[in-house]
Amino acid sequence: MSISGSETQVSYLDYQGKHKGIWSWLLSTDHKRIGLLYLYAIIVFFFVAAFLGLLMRIELIAPGRTIMEPQTYNGLFTIHGIIMIFVIVIPGLAAVFGNFFLPILIGARDVAFPKLNLFSWYLYMIGAILGVLSQFIGGGAPDTGWTFYVPYSVESSTNVIYALTAAFILGFSSILTGLNFIVTIHRMRAPGMGWMRMPLFPWALYATAWIQVLATPIVGITLLMVIAERVLNIGFFDPALGGDPVLFQHLFWIYSHPAVYIMILPAMGIVTEIFPTFSQKPVFGYGAIVLSSLAIAFVGYFVWGHHMFTSGMSYNARWFFSFLTFIVAVPSAIKVFNWISTMYGGSIDLKPPLLYAISFIFLFMIGGFTGLVLGSLATNVHTHDTAFVVAHFHYIIFGGMGFAFFAAIHYWAPKMFGRMYNFRVANIAWVLNFTGFNLLYFPLFIVGLQGMPRRSYDYLPQFQSGHVLSTVGAFILIAGLLLMVYNLVRGARKGEVAPANPWKGVTLEWKIPSPPPHENFDDIPVITSKPYLFGNNSDNK
Amino acid sequence: MKHEDKHISSYSSLAIVLAVLLFLTAFSVWITGFHFGAFTVAVALIIACVKVATVLINFMHLKFENLFLKLLVTGVFVMFTLVIILTFVDYYFR
Repeated sequence: MSISGSETQVSYLDYQGKHKGIWSWLLSTDHKRIGLLYLYAIIVFFFVAAFLGLLMRIELIAPGRTIMEPQTYNGLFTIHGIIMIFVIVIPGLAAVFGNFFLPILIGARDVAFPKLNLFSWYLYMIGAILGVLSQFIGGGAPDTGWTFYVPYSVESSTNVIYALTAAFILGFSSILTGLNFIVTIHRMRAPGMGWMRMPLFPWALYATAWIQVLATPIVGITLLMVIAERVLNIGFFDPALGGDPVLFQHLFWIYSHPAVYIMILPAMGIVTEIFPTFSQKPVFGYGAIVLSSLAIAFVGYFVWGHHMFTSGMSYNARWFFSFLTFIVAVPSAIKVFNWISTMYGGSIDLKPPLLYAISFIFLFMIGGFTGLVLGSLATNVHTHDTAFVVAHFHYIIFGGMGFAFFAAIHYWAPKMFGRMYNFRVANIAWVLNFTGFNLLYFPLFIVGLQGMPRRSYDYLPQFQSGHVLSTVGAFILIAGLLLMVYNLVRGARKGEVAPANPWKGVTLEWKIPSPPPHENFDDIPVITSKPYLFGNNSDNK
Repeated sequence: MKHEDKHISSYSSLAIVLAVLLFLTAFSVWITGFHFGAFTVAVALIIACVKVATVLINFMHLKFENLFLKLLVTGVFVMFTLVIILTFVDYYFR
């Protein structure tokens, strides 16, 4: 492939367009600046939601009242869930790193619809701010949990409508981003970049974008139906009005289970970029990883019923959904096999991005295996709505998406900001994060199996040791997160100047300067080989 | 996308598509007078799908696109059909 002339442009950080100062960011249609707008917003909202989570953990350090009333606790776990899921985890990787790197990785100057891209960010901000405000205004914080189950969400006197509207607006933002990425990948790949020459992060984003476009409208309409039911008393879901609450659960999970794959597929794509770079070896089983991404996106669409095994669903539907849930584990396992095989025999460089990527595999595997416990009918009945589910969920979402986010920011920060961070501090932060995370969530598996219910303000004294350990873990994790952010921010401002290719990567982003020029490439590159071609690896040609 | 000059539909063909859509709308209202039992929703969805396909093919120019895109759109229809069938499996066997 040939890359020419990109050194002649100024960096996107120094570029002076029509607008100056803050407006050059708020009105920018540059995909890289929009990616950073998402990044800064997500960091702020993440710490808001993490603080709420920490308050919940402090409350649970002992049985009975510790620092808040039960209704406050109900509001905290609801808003913690809504912010974390709809504002951070679902858009997180695609909106930040997808926006920043998708066009670069496929050899394009921007996404297909740059103005729509900026509009998506504004929708995202409106939805996110409305979600946070719902905690503080009017009739009190919504207390339904992030799942908005009816009939309670129809009957609750709290700010449920604000939270529903926030999730609806955030869904719109997600759909538009997905649409933008699908068109970008179809129409704007560099000459010579056939489908099977496209790097694997764009492949993961492509699979994700289809889920965003196809699944999100379902939950959007469903949330509007709940609003209609609250405001107009239409009997969609409330049995008192002639509706069916199980129908709500179907419609909600038709979106919200694929939403897990909206979160995890880009995470898988990111670690798939990291393993070859830090092993200096072509990715093992490129085709298998592509197919497994598509298979996860497709099969993941049909497993939503495993959230409803105890909801009164028919027996036939239950065993069928259980069967499909086990099927979706297969492509996930294929990916893990390929990541391990990529590292096998490679020249492994244990830098912070790889530490986080390996942690991702470890934590995701624990989350995945415990997911099989929940996907199996008999064991699900025992563990349903216990702290076991909370632990499983956080191992997948935080251990998976969260640690992949940390891997990505450590991998691409030198490219995004043009400066290096301190490796030693990054390694210390990783130790704190990994230790704190496991101490926070692993005890919840144990107390969950012992019968500790989820979303419970109070508990029996026999569960206290697990909760104490968990709360200590939360403090360690918060310390690690703060140290990590401090190190990254300090690096971005005062770190050593980053070379164009600090990790010896081979994909297109490492062939342009750090930070990238305003339009990425002066001349669109011509792709003549498969990605991940290291040194003399002729077998990859 | 193919050449721009191939994207021009005649007024007569657009008028025919409009007439078909209006007819299907009237048909979907008329058919509510019949009781199909368990298939009531299915009948309504089939008519809606025909209308959507008509719009996609003609007004949204799917007919000018390559086979790959046509297959992708067909795949979306297949997927939604499977989602609806799975949901109704629960309803009819509950």
